[in-house]
Amino acid sequence: MCIVSVISVISVAKNVCPNLVWSDLEAKKSMKLNFRVNGVEREIDAPPMKRLLDALREDLRLTGTKEGCGEGECGACSVIVDGEALNSCLAPVCQMQNANIITVEGLARDGKLDPLQQAFLECGAAQCGICTPGMLIAARALLDANRRPSRDEIKEAIAGNLCRCTGYVKIIDAIEQAASAA
Amino acid sequence: MAVGQNVLRKEGYEKLTGAARYIDDITLDGMLHGKTIRSSIPCGRIKSITFDPDYDWSRIVVADYRDIPGNNYVALIENDQPLLAETEIRHCEEPILLIAAESKHEAEVAARHIRIEYEESPPVLTIEEALEGDRIIYGSDNIFKSFLIARGDVDEGFKQAHTIVEGEYRVPHQEQLYIEPQGMIAIPGDNAMTVMGSMQCPYYIHKALKHVFNLSDEQVIVIQTTTGGGFGGKEEYPSVIAAHAALLAHKAGRPVKLVYDRAEDIAATPKRHPGIIRHRTGVTKEGQLVASEIDILFDGGAYVTLSPVVLSRGAIHALGPYRCDNVRITARAVATNTPPNGAFRGFGAPQVTFAYEMQMEKVAAKLILDSVTIRQINMLREGDITATGQRLNWSVGSEDVFNAVVDRKKFFEKRGNAADKSDLRGKLYGIGLSFFFHGAGFTGSGEAKMKAQAGIGITPEGRARVLSGSTEIGQGTRTIFSQIVADELGIGCDDVEVEEPDTSRVPDSGPTVASRTCMVVGRVVQLAAYEVKQKLLRFVAERYGDADVKLIEGRFDANGKELASFSEIARAYLDLRGELKAYASYANPPGIEWDDETYTGDAYPVFSWGAMVAEVEVDPVTWAVTVTKITTAQDIGRAINPVLAAGQIEGGTLQAVGYGVLEELVWNRGRIINNQLTNYIIPTSLDAPEIETIIIEKEYPHGPFGAKGVGELPMDGAAPAIALAVYDAVGHFVTEIPITPERLMVVAG
Repeated sequence: MCIVSVISVISVAKNVCPNLVWSDLEAKKSMKLNFRVNGVEREIDAPPMKRLLDALREDLRLTGTKEGCGEGECGACSVIVDGEALNSCLAPVCQMQNANIITVEGLARDGKLDPLQQAFLECGAAQCGICTPGMLIAARALLDANRRPSRDEIKEAIAGNLCRCTGYVKIIDAIEQAASAA
Repeated sequence: MAVGQNVLRKEGYEKLTGAARYIDDITLDGMLHGKTIRSSIPCGRIKSITFDPDYDWSRIVVADYRDIPGNNYVALIENDQPLLAETEIRHCEEPILLIAAESKHEAEVAARHIRIEYEESPPVLTIEEALEGDRIIYGSDNIFKSFLIARGDVDEGFKQAHTIVEGEYRVPHQEQLYIEPQGMIAIPGDNAMTVMGSMQCPYYIHKALKHVFNLSDEQVIVIQTTTGGGFGGKEEYPSVIAAHAALLAHKAGRPVKLVYDRAEDIAATPKRHPGIIRHRTGVTKEGQLVASEIDILFDGGAYVTLSPVVLSRGAIHALGPYRCDNVRITARAVATNTPPNGAFRGFGAPQVTFAYEMQMEKVAAKLILDSVTIRQINMLREGDITATGQRLNWSVGSEDVFNAVVDRKKFFEKRGNAADKSDLRGKLYGIGLSFFFHGAGFTGSGEAKMKAQAGIGITPEGRARVLSGSTEIGQGTRTIFSQIVADELGIGCDDVEVEEPDTSRVPDSGPTVASRTCMVVGRVVQLAAYEVKQKLLRFVAERYGDADVKLIEGRFDANGKELASFSEIARAYLDLRGELKAYASYANPPGIEWDDETYTGDAYPVFSWGAMVAEVEVDPVTWAVTVTKITTAQDIGRAINPVLAAGQIEGGTLQAVGYGVLEELVWNRGRIINNQLTNYIIPTSLDAPEIETIIIEKEYPHGPFGAKGVGELPMDGAAPAIALAVYDAVGHFVTEIPITPERLMVVAG
């Protein structure tokens, strides 16, 4: 996924028209898009520059993915696209054609929590819960790529996900626990 | 027993699976999206408002102050803050108009077609400008509130002093930065209004809406939705958003959602009060405090809001957890043309804690005493008397917390060891400590006046249900209430439900603030559970004659014979008698007395105690400070749920690390210019130190199972501990936070 290209599209657009905001870009003509979300084929009709975040929350009513800042800093909107975690607030939905997307709703299977979710619950890694979906996604992407990460690797992997409640201690503990249980 | 166990978070499953519904996750049929149009100047008057005649306004709902059916103010301590500006502008984010449209996008576009012109006046932007008094923006002297705490004879104390040390300390604004921005949905009814959203205090909003709409208690319903963090930031400001959404909904006759984006949230909502704190301390040759004069100045912003109570807590904590018989504390909150400052975890205490701990170190340095000795000499212990004249009668964990983290030998080995001071990467190592306390519950007569209520009901399935206005904001209210009730009734935690805070269904337990939820409301919940138990015991006794009835481990016994389970008896009660509910209300423990006139007496029924050791590395080239480790011991009476309690301590500590070294709001003519997460920097996982938490349990006889407050204490101690570690590392004594590289470089010359 190339986030840089998205940012450059916006910055070019903003240079041409300085008063332009996201919502103007989004208001262009719709297009049909097909992608897979949590293992299910989905088709949506959306303006190409609509944020993936909004497509998930509004078109697909998958509201587990959260918006904390809208500028790629807090990571609350993290989803996994083709194996990599990214900020869905910075990704235009037009780049999702044929993509394989995993959101927090896709982590538990048949009511059984993902080992990460179970560890988060047991370690007390979720407090207010608003960063939790993004944090779980970042952790899932890490463990999919690195089954036995060190504490430093965990810290690095979640550095783009802000949490204001926990001081990160129990989040790191939980990811470590899930990794060692796997 | 459930208390003391790490019972899993009650609403954990929903939060982990994405099923929990936060306010922005809720969409209602016919719902409009609101937007607030704010001032762009800090001080002046509105000259004109122009709606672009070429824009189609038929699709837009517009509301201004003339649409308010009742009173144009946000009811709080003083009713001086207008809900919408009429003509006068007192700060840059003053709300003037509200608009609502079918989509957020349309509301954004419409907002660009409104032009407001102003007649500007020179603003008062700093504490110094407010005190100069050239421009008066509040009362006769720009002072919202002042307090005096006086004990003993300060002049006499200074005469006895061997050494007098003066210091001035400055603390900044700080943003709560809950990750869920603020938001509300208002649903208009027939002579009624329902509002739901992200909040700490449903009954604050309930009161504010009654005043704005002239409605009765029953006509206003406020419901808390899952709330993504508060930290004080969702104490008072949600009343503004709720009333704005409600006004639009009232005018539109349709539900209206009003959710802030991050930029608006940082720009407009309250911050921690910045302050200037001056100390003048007299000590004997041996290091005993004999006189202390402290002057506190807080910047309250444009309206009174919560400044008097923040200031009060600051003044009461200003001397710190130390003994001194001659004290004079003066405290003032001033008015400026900046957005009102308000509640933030710690509520005045983190500001004064930074000042008193830095001052303590300064005193020690002057006397050539060490950091540990000066604190041990002056530490408050059981039986000692505080600045307000309060004798500490119970649950005083001061020495326990101090001794738990300050291993004298290790501390000075680390401090003195030159080899450790500079590692191979050229970083300078430093270690510092802090010692602090925090009064739990409302200050002074607050709890006695509030008389917090809570109840326990029995569900048709024979389970207990907690009825309380206390909100779950991540700190674990629902879980610890379940644990308290489970143990009081002798049933399992899973057999306790917690009603969602909805003002039509739960009583007013007071706001979810002031580290009071566990200690004060938890106690009331426990008392209500006790009442329910007594009712059931009497019921069983009546049905089985004068039997000796007991409730043990969820089962009723009569005369030593097992009868039935709690739920069976509870259901039988409902079948025969109808409803089973019991309510209780809070009363201070016996002997707790406070005089609001003289500001003397028992400021809090009890204090929680903390000590902290911070270790840092300072880069001598960039002056960047990295906090590597924090070790802290905190006496919270009893940890109802140790994992949740440790979570409070770790999280509060990291917020305080941010306060100490990272977080800085940048202002330009009364407006915050870094109102983004890109440039208002809060700690990430890579900024977070290793945090070692030691929980000390000096049980408080009047708390639920011995518990005291834990929420705010962790916010108090980190900034000074880090600043003193930096002092140890580089030899430069900072008097202002955050200790950014730029600031440290200036101090280091």
